[in-house]
Amino acid sequence: MIRVDGTGKSNSLIQVRGLDKTYRRGGEEIQVLQRLNLDVDKGDFVAFMGPSGSGKTTLLNLLGGLDVPTHGSITVAGDEITHMSGNKLTQWRARHVGFIFQMYNLLPVLTAFQNVELPLLLTKLSKSDRRKHVETALGVVGLADRMNHYPRQLSGGQEQRVAIARAIVADPTFLLCDEPTGDLDRKSADEIMELIHRLVTEHGKTVLMVTHDPVVATRADTTLHLEKGVLVEGKTSHESVMAGGAA
Amino acid sequence: MKFSRLVLANLFRKKVRLILTIGSFAIALVLFTFLAVVKSAFSRGTEIAGADRLVVVSRIGLMQLMPISYRDKILAIPGVKAVTHNHWFGGVYQDEKNFFPQFVIDPENQRQVMTELVVPDDQWNNFLKDRQGAIAGARTAARFHWKIGDRIPIKTTLYGGGASEFNLDGIYHSERPGGDESQFWLQWKYFDENAPGPVKSTAGWYVVKLDNPDDAVRVAKAIDEKFANSSFETKSETESAFAAYFVKQFGNIELLILAIGSIVFFTLLLVTGNTMAISVRERTSELAVLKAIGFSGRAVLYFVLAESVIIALVGGFIGLTLAYLAIPVIGLALTGLLPPLILSKSVLTLGLGFALLVGAASGLLPGIGAMRMRVVNALRRV
Repeated sequence: MIRVDGTGKSNSLIQVRGLDKTYRRGGEEIQVLQRLNLDVDKGDFVAFMGPSGSGKTTLLNLLGGLDVPTHGSITVAGDEITHMSGNKLTQWRARHVGFIFQMYNLLPVLTAFQNVELPLLLTKLSKSDRRKHVETALGVVGLADRMNHYPRQLSGGQEQRVAIARAIVADPTFLLCDEPTGDLDRKSADEIMELIHRLVTEHGKTVLMVTHDPVVATRADTTLHLEKGVLVEGKTSHESVMAGGAA
Repeated sequence: MKFSRLVLANLFRKKVRLILTIGSFAIALVLFTFLAVVKSAFSRGTEIAGADRLVVVSRIGLMQLMPISYRDKILAIPGVKAVTHNHWFGGVYQDEKNFFPQFVIDPENQRQVMTELVVPDDQWNNFLKDRQGAIAGARTAARFHWKIGDRIPIKTTLYGGGASEFNLDGIYHSERPGGDESQFWLQWKYFDENAPGPVKSTAGWYVVKLDNPDDAVRVAKAIDEKFANSSFETKSETESAFAAYFVKQFGNIELLILAIGSIVFFTLLLVTGNTMAISVRERTSELAVLKAIGFSGRAVLYFVLAESVIIALVGGFIGLTLAYLAIPVIGLALTGLLPPLILSKSVLTLGLGFALLVGAASGLLPGIGAMRMRVVNALRRV
């Protein structure tokens, strides 16, 4: 159950309390996020929507440990990440977060297999175990037969599938998707969203996704709106679209 | 090892750039090695000089002659074990390009003083019996394909000039690694009989063997004091000091080589540093993704350093191999102009160390930049 009023239960998978993020630009302070609260349970699929500059990506960066808040706390699976050192945070990301980017961000010099294997290089798994994990992840995204292809030999949709395989291969605690369909045509976008939805329903993954696309947001259980750095109470995505609530 | 595929894949990302960078390393290493070998060739005389020998020359200059009578006077000084004398013959064999040093030696004392230059006894005995005899260094004999018994015609412009023929009675080898095997020795008695008046009964310089190397300063001082205020004052110094003085006649070789070497070093550093900086900048987003998925900043630094060091080692290895193959050929072409060029293990090790140092230094700044790069900022730039 997703809550934004700070009254969620204490054993929520992700617990955000009083989150502020302020940037300095040319001597001026810009408050991107204000006193933000959020509770996400395991297996939730939440979409963040909002106009450009509303703080969606900033929130995702903070949740993924890529940035640090000005005030407030973020607790994931009992670990408070806001006070972790740089090295600890790096290790925490490797263990708990799977990133899916709009531009896929695959390494062009590596094959699909090698790209997916990257997060596993940080573990103590043997080569044969790494191979098994990579083959499983590529099987889940339907690209087992393309593992020796380079990104340039794949379509945009296939590249994003490889990126999803890379995100799930180490079995992270949750996935962060930043506009995962933003660079895809409608058909490929639908396929990617179907895949992410299956990760939630069939594999029990927790997914937090930023999107501009209301149709994409309907695949999430809940859509939350960010307006001027404040989260607006969620309704189910289906209700949101029916009510014309998309930004 | 599991990261090697990632490092190698990044290395081969731009093959032309990789080849050009490795090529620039290889060429710089050839130049570096050549300079080091030339420097070593010039300083070899100093390095291999006998610690227990003094060289006595005229205070006026190397070409000024001294009376032959000095030999016995020097020998009488306490601490002197043996004395021999030499003349510079200054002849030409067939063509002026065929330069090699020719010394008129004192056969009676040569072997007592220059102990490391070894001639087989039977050859030496033939030389002693032959007034027109000559002994050649192994390098010179090999250079002109001489064999014992050959007649060697030599023209000289010194001492009244003229042409003479000498019988090659023997070939000497140096027992010291890197020792000079290019000399050509002639008999002093034969030379003296044919020399013009002012040159008769003279020596160009004396070489003094000491009982104890620790006495070098004292004996040198005693020799110079003995001939002070005479018509032929002397200047005595250790053989290594004499060799260093001789090298200085060519100019400050060491400074010249150091200057060229420094330019090579910094040019290479700028070229490879620039290449690495461009290479890192081109894949800012990829490095940011690596950091996002859990690679530490230090790991990213190591990846960049590994790339630059591999380029340096491969380029260095190719450069040293080229130098290894080219230096004997260049040495042969420059015979007579430069001392023998010898590529020693220490020069090879120094070259590899030089390559490693430049490789690590050129990767360091871009690597530190990548290590410190903020993931959020780098991803925003995509």
